[in-house]
Amino acid sequence: MQSLTQRLANPTRFMQISGTLMPVLWVLAAALLAWGLYLAATAPPDYQHGHTVKIMFVHVPSAWLAMMAYGFVALSSFGLLVFRHPLADVSAKAAAPLGAAFTLLALLTGSLWGKPGWGTYWVWDARLTSVLVLFFLYLGLIALRSSIEDEALAGRLTAVLAVLGVVMLPIIKYSVTWWSTLHQPSTGFGSTVDPSLRWPLLIMAAAFTTLFLAMHLKAMRTEILRRRAKSMMLAEVERSRPRAKPLAAE
Amino acid sequence: MRPFLALLRRDLKLAMRDGGALGTAMGFYLLVVAILPLGLGPDLNLLSRIAPGILWVALLLSALLSLPRMFEIDDEDGSLEVLATGDAPLELVAAAKSLAHWLSTAVPLSLMAPFLGLLLNLDLAAYPALLATLIGGTPAISFIGAICAALTLRSRRGGLLISLLVLPFSIPTLIFGVLATTAVQTGTAEFGPPFMLLLAISLVSVVIAPLAVAAALRFQMQ
Amino acid sequence: MQMQLAADELAVTRGERFVFSGLSFAVSEGEALILTGPNGSGKTTLIRVIAGLIRPAAGELRLEAGDAERTIGQHCHYVGHRGAVKSSMTVLENLEFWRSFLAKDSIDRLPGRDGAALDAFGLLELSHIPAGYLSDGQKRRLGLARLLLTRRRVWLLDEPYASLDAASQGILDAVLDRHLRGGGIAVIATHQPIDVSSQRELQLGVGEAEAG
Repeated sequence: MQSLTQRLANPTRFMQISGTLMPVLWVLAAALLAWGLYLAATAPPDYQHGHTVKIMFVHVPSAWLAMMAYGFVALSSFGLLVFRHPLADVSAKAAAPLGAAFTLLALLTGSLWGKPGWGTYWVWDARLTSVLVLFFLYLGLIALRSSIEDEALAGRLTAVLAVLGVVMLPIIKYSVTWWSTLHQPSTGFGSTVDPSLRWPLLIMAAAFTTLFLAMHLKAMRTEILRRRAKSMMLAEVERSRPRAKPLAAE
Repeated sequence: MRPFLALLRRDLKLAMRDGGALGTAMGFYLLVVAILPLGLGPDLNLLSRIAPGILWVALLLSALLSLPRMFEIDDEDGSLEVLATGDAPLELVAAAKSLAHWLSTAVPLSLMAPFLGLLLNLDLAAYPALLATLIGGTPAISFIGAICAALTLRSRRGGLLISLLVLPFSIPTLIFGVLATTAVQTGTAEFGPPFMLLLAISLVSVVIAPLAVAAALRFQMQ
Repeated sequence: MQMQLAADELAVTRGERFVFSGLSFAVSEGEALILTGPNGSGKTTLIRVIAGLIRPAAGELRLEAGDAERTIGQHCHYVGHRGAVKSSMTVLENLEFWRSFLAKDSIDRLPGRDGAALDAFGLLELSHIPAGYLSDGQKRRLGLARLLLTRRRVWLLDEPYASLDAASQGILDAVLDRHLRGGGIAVIATHQPIDVSSQRELQLGVGEAEAG
């Protein structure tokens, strides 16, 4: 049991540190979000887009988090495959649904913003299409993990897919850009941000990032607790069957 | 090289003997291409304009059908474990099996495409380009498909999941394949650049896939 | 130098639990290691560890006087529960495939072609029959015939006697005996006694309570 306890030691320390860090992150996220929303609400309307420009304060941070969350998933997956660190799997598992949620938020807000701008809810613009592909990839990661019973195996296979995504995403992004510029002129909206809008946007980005970190940490803690509960239940099953070997090796 | 060729020959032989898989894929390809005009209307100008896209997308979907069985057949009867103890590294096994899938599924489907082009009034001038892009682009489908087949070997819903995983990764192949074919058909763009990019994507897939497949298989044999 | 397969404090985990731990043994050439123990005690797992399919959580496994360029698994013939037999290929085609896949070069190939391997297991008359038509026992023998195709020093057999009739069991014993006398090593998981000259037993699934 020596090596198993050693392996548990690290998550234990993680639980202690994250436990003290959690309240700080929640408060910071709430404060930043309140400040950012206030700034966004009082920001002057854009001369071109009017008040709809305020969707940007949610859309841009979401799009940024959609990508950052994938960075988290990919780095954690790499950590799992190379260093076999048990926390890396927990981190990858926790980040994927969050990333999917922010990607969906970015798609929905982008679509809402597009209606007054383009006159339609959806255009096959390079940026929107790439984000849509990113959403599919998140769905793939979640679906693959949930379809495999053996959790350790599910973690490793999902990690292979996540790392593969890192290689393929730039290629997909590039090909989608090529494709959309051939079919239609670049829609290019809001490429330069007015200075009066930049500040609220930065605060909102910081708020969303802190919120993501807090949620990611919370999801990791929940996952660790779930795994502990599971192994306690397994241990109980084992104890209730005296002398019989509980393992049915294939 | 010897184990590689032996395995390639065996997989091709099995594909020919248990020919049902290819037959199903070809039937499905024909059906999808034939049913689309019924939904879109018989306007030959429209059909001929979107023919390259239809032929590519339908081929992609048909090629997905045979992917789930790729490693399953060797997993079920214990062959996979013996393949893993061979002198050839598992990466080479993965490459041989992916190549066999390409030769036994993607190439026949590609050869079928020009005939289906007739149904869609595809411009005759585009036929060589269509065939060239399909042959040059489908290795990416087979090799990336192999990764997804290996990843879903122990999954509870293999078939559906494979499509969800393969389709996003095949977007670049689809885009450049259709672009190159359309370029020849309409004469508005160059055939060269998208075709070269198509080949580049196939090459990248051929290099990456065996590594990922071998890793996935090793995890699953544990 | 004598070939020896040795394990030092091997441990394998499945999920959060140990399948076995602190497992040590050594088998030298000419010896068979018989693995016994109740179901689920890790016999199959140990064989798969030696074949290189499972990575042990702790401990070391080494093959002394082996070919340095090959992994331990590449020294092994692995015959598991399932025979690795393709039903749509004939008996001979099955063997021919495994021979050309498993042999690194022609030196590895044993003389006498596939006929000898088939003959040894009484499958010669069936060589042109698709393997799907064979009975379970015959499929089992076809799986075992792989042992005689290429020269590999370590044989890993998982329940090789299952679904074999008495005559076939006798054949397997004879084949095993010849392998061992020729300087081979065998690791065999089995429930029943084996009739080969030099064997030692490793009982799994005991002493685990203390280890845990």
